[in-house]
Amino acid sequence: MDRFILKYFTLIRTVIAILIGIVVAVALIFLVSKDPGFSLRSFLLAPFLSRSRLSNIVEGASPIIFCGLAIAVAFQAKQFNVGAEGSLYLGAAVGTAFAVSTSLPAYLHVPLTLLVAAAVGLAWNVLPGILKAKWKASELVSSLMLNYVGYYVGLYLINFHFRDKKAGYLVSYQLPQSAWLQQFLPGTRLHAGIFLALLCAVLVYWYLYHSTSGYEVRMTGFNEKFARFGGINVVKVVVLCQLILGLLAGMGGMTEVMGIHRRFNWQTSPGYGWDGVVVAIIGRNHPLLIIAASLFLSYLRVGGQQLNLMSDVPYEMVIVIQSIIILLITAEAFLSQWRYHITVREAGKKGALS
Amino acid sequence: MNPLLKSIVSTDFGFAILRVLTPLLLPALGVAISGLSGASNIALEGIMLVAACVGVLVSAFAHSLWLALLAGIAAGVAIAALLGYFHLRLKADIVLAAIALNLFATGITIFLLFITTGDKGSSSSITSLVFPAVQIPLLRSIPILGPIFSGHNVLTYVSWLSVILYWLITFKTPLGLRIRAVGQNPDAAQSVGINVNRIRMYSLLLSGFFGALGGLYLCMGYLSWFSSGVTAGRGWIAVAAASLGNNMPLGTFLSSLLFGVVNALANYLAVLKVPSEFIQMIPYLATVIALAIYAGQAMRKRKASSEGPGPAGAGAAPDAVRAPGAEEPS
Repeated sequence: MDRFILKYFTLIRTVIAILIGIVVAVALIFLVSKDPGFSLRSFLLAPFLSRSRLSNIVEGASPIIFCGLAIAVAFQAKQFNVGAEGSLYLGAAVGTAFAVSTSLPAYLHVPLTLLVAAAVGLAWNVLPGILKAKWKASELVSSLMLNYVGYYVGLYLINFHFRDKKAGYLVSYQLPQSAWLQQFLPGTRLHAGIFLALLCAVLVYWYLYHSTSGYEVRMTGFNEKFARFGGINVVKVVVLCQLILGLLAGMGGMTEVMGIHRRFNWQTSPGYGWDGVVVAIIGRNHPLLIIAASLFLSYLRVGGQQLNLMSDVPYEMVIVIQSIIILLITAEAFLSQWRYHITVREAGKKGALS
Repeated sequence: MNPLLKSIVSTDFGFAILRVLTPLLLPALGVAISGLSGASNIALEGIMLVAACVGVLVSAFAHSLWLALLAGIAAGVAIAALLGYFHLRLKADIVLAAIALNLFATGITIFLLFITTGDKGSSSSITSLVFPAVQIPLLRSIPILGPIFSGHNVLTYVSWLSVILYWLITFKTPLGLRIRAVGQNPDAAQSVGINVNRIRMYSLLLSGFFGALGGLYLCMGYLSWFSSGVTAGRGWIAVAAASLGNNMPLGTFLSSLLFGVVNALANYLAVLKVPSEFIQMIPYLATVIALAIYAGQAMRKRKASSEGPGPAGAGAAPDAVRAPGAEEPS
């Protein structure tokens, strides 16, 4: 038992953090709700109880996976670029502009649109990357400011040049059918973008753990000085990981437009970039764990929406508990006493054996 | 004369600059004092939000400005204390912990707003109080200077006093000396018996205090209500301002003033027939540009002062926010 705990300590710690988060949620519900039993049911169980809500969990996880992967690549190199938000928004806006103003056969239209969005996302992170690599300017601040700029540029593009005035509300023209990502399960909105997200997760996993460049990324994050002395071009890595971030985020936003809305309908940013930060932390920057973390976050979302709809507890409770969860996960020393205790006990046992 | 130009070259514009300066200056001081101790607090966005929300709600329900002030400051300092606890005791990365706390603040403020007022958007359904404006007796009657510097909200004057207070703390008190020592070389400070964590905690608490004042001003002076996400990135601009000002009192004040001017200008340009999106992005764009220029210059200086092989900041500061200039020996 002890050995098991030590081996999977970080995982167990994550699970405990999540459980604490859920306990806080339950406490908040009891504090606020007039009918806590019903509210709890709609929060925790309702997401599993209908086919449409189950599919909502999966489709909701898709853009979060993209952003989680994006952030994870940068975080692995200890680059605190949080530009997924702006990259996603602007990438999707420009991608939409490209898709509605071209007519191509589907086998070209879909990949080209994705490519345009990804390229825009990538381009949006050139500046933070270079500023950090060359001049040591905080990529956190620059990427954050560019998030706002990207949001306003995207909004301008859609509202002034690609707005569908017949739609009655502020949205872009509908994408031509040749640029749609197919929905494959009738009655749900599950679309091909989800497979692309999973594919990206596998690719990022391969990149980080089985390629030279990915090794350089991780080594730079692990110990920049050591990486530099080991002959790694740290300047290149710092820029590269931020470019990959933009690329993945831009593409992720576009799949959402092409697969679900078929128009650009975000007057406010959907916030997937921040969700990406959350799942990257929960998944400890590991691409495959990020899939699980995204599904979990999406489940909380669907539960939160259900809660908002059916009971007197506001949706924002979900934000509160997800912040508590990531706070506990980032706390390296959280439960370290416990681990120490077990390590000592285990060592004592070994000592007695030999 | 061009009407826009006319409105900019007026005392009103000067007044407007000082008005928008306050909610940037106070959190910038907050970032600066924590940055000086080597534990840069980037949770100012969250601190301002929580303080503003608590202040507005308390003033609406208790009808007391003093109580609102106390509660707001307490709430802001509490968030800073949480950050300190997680970073210093539980060894969380301060950037990630601050991001988590900012997220927490967005959630908890809307949550509180909803359960107290039944509205998620803003607190307009309840009547909250505002801090009074103050006319300064002699100053007000001086032409030009009077209309610019007199008649501001009391917290605006507090913000200027805060710059002086910050200067006094850092350069005239033992605590300030320790804060600077800990920031420049924690190991050396430790070796002479300074408790590094405790000093950093104090400076984080002070940063919470300044940030809370900024949040209170924002919703009980600049505006007279709280709305979700009301800080609109000011806490982040403050991070940029503090780093541009090298965490120093005057520097932070001047760089905040720069962003204040840009902000005020953006408000005035709104009369032009330019899409509002472009106007609204100006402060953020200006921040990026200022950051880039500053970082470039700081790097050039560093290179010039240490020609040849040397540490020159290479490999130092994995801590993202300390970045420009902070690790310079001064």
